[in-house]
Amino acid sequence: MSGKVIKLHFTIDAHDFSLAGEASSSTKKMLNQLGISPLIIKKAAIAMYEAEINAFIHANGGEADVEIGVDRIVITVRDEGPGIADLDLAMQEGYSTAPDKVRELGFGAGMGLPNMKRYSDRLEIKTEVGRGTTVTMTVYVREG
Amino acid sequence: MKVKEFAEKLELKRLTGESGLDKEITGVYACDLLSWVMSHAVKGNIWITVITNINIVAVAVLTEVSCIIVPEGLKVENVTIKKAQQQGIAILSSSMDTYGICCRAYTLLGK
Repeated sequence: MSGKVIKLHFTIDAHDFSLAGEASSSTKKMLNQLGISPLIIKKAAIAMYEAEINAFIHANGGEADVEIGVDRIVITVRDEGPGIADLDLAMQEGYSTAPDKVRELGFGAGMGLPNMKRYSDRLEIKTEVGRGTTVTMTVYVREG
Repeated sequence: MKVKEFAEKLELKRLTGESGLDKEITGVYACDLLSWVMSHAVKGNIWITVITNINIVAVAVLTEVSCIIVPEGLKVENVTIKKAQQQGIAILSSSMDTYGICCRAYTLLGK
């Protein structure tokens, strides 16, 4: 990454439901202020929202870091949750382990990881059962 | 058409007062799965949903829908309303069901 990099850091607090989505909303505002194209912002915001919500639902919260460079946005969301036992299965659209309580709130569609993959240009997932999950999503910034 | 005019024509209750009424409407999207809405709703859409918890505000902000309509006279939690007002999002309530709202929207907005 070359040039000036803007770094943002967020704590994803799973105890305060009213804050779910706050990190991605704040990031979106920052990207808007930087004049990045709406399509790129949408990609980054959706990918980050899904990761944030996953940490919230499955892992009792976590941390999010965003690096905004001239050519790319790198979003890292890490948690110390249960990890993902079968990543291939989790990547399938419609597969979800979200509890009923969460589904009643409109989550658990089984589209979190698929949306992260779809809306980021690069998706890297490091996960270990019982240790946690780190998701790194890169969205390239192109003009137009 | 702006949210304000649409709300008046459909006699929608403005749960968030004057918040977000100036936004331009581009169409309608009806769905209750938040991730599905995140990936399919288009900027400026009216979003119709029976989900009323605070997370709908974040989804509305991120997708840039023009407003949220809750059908069938559903009650919306106060925290959701407060958050929507902070973020400049209009939440409107209708006594009609989702199909009814869509039909009325079609006559007003076309395809």
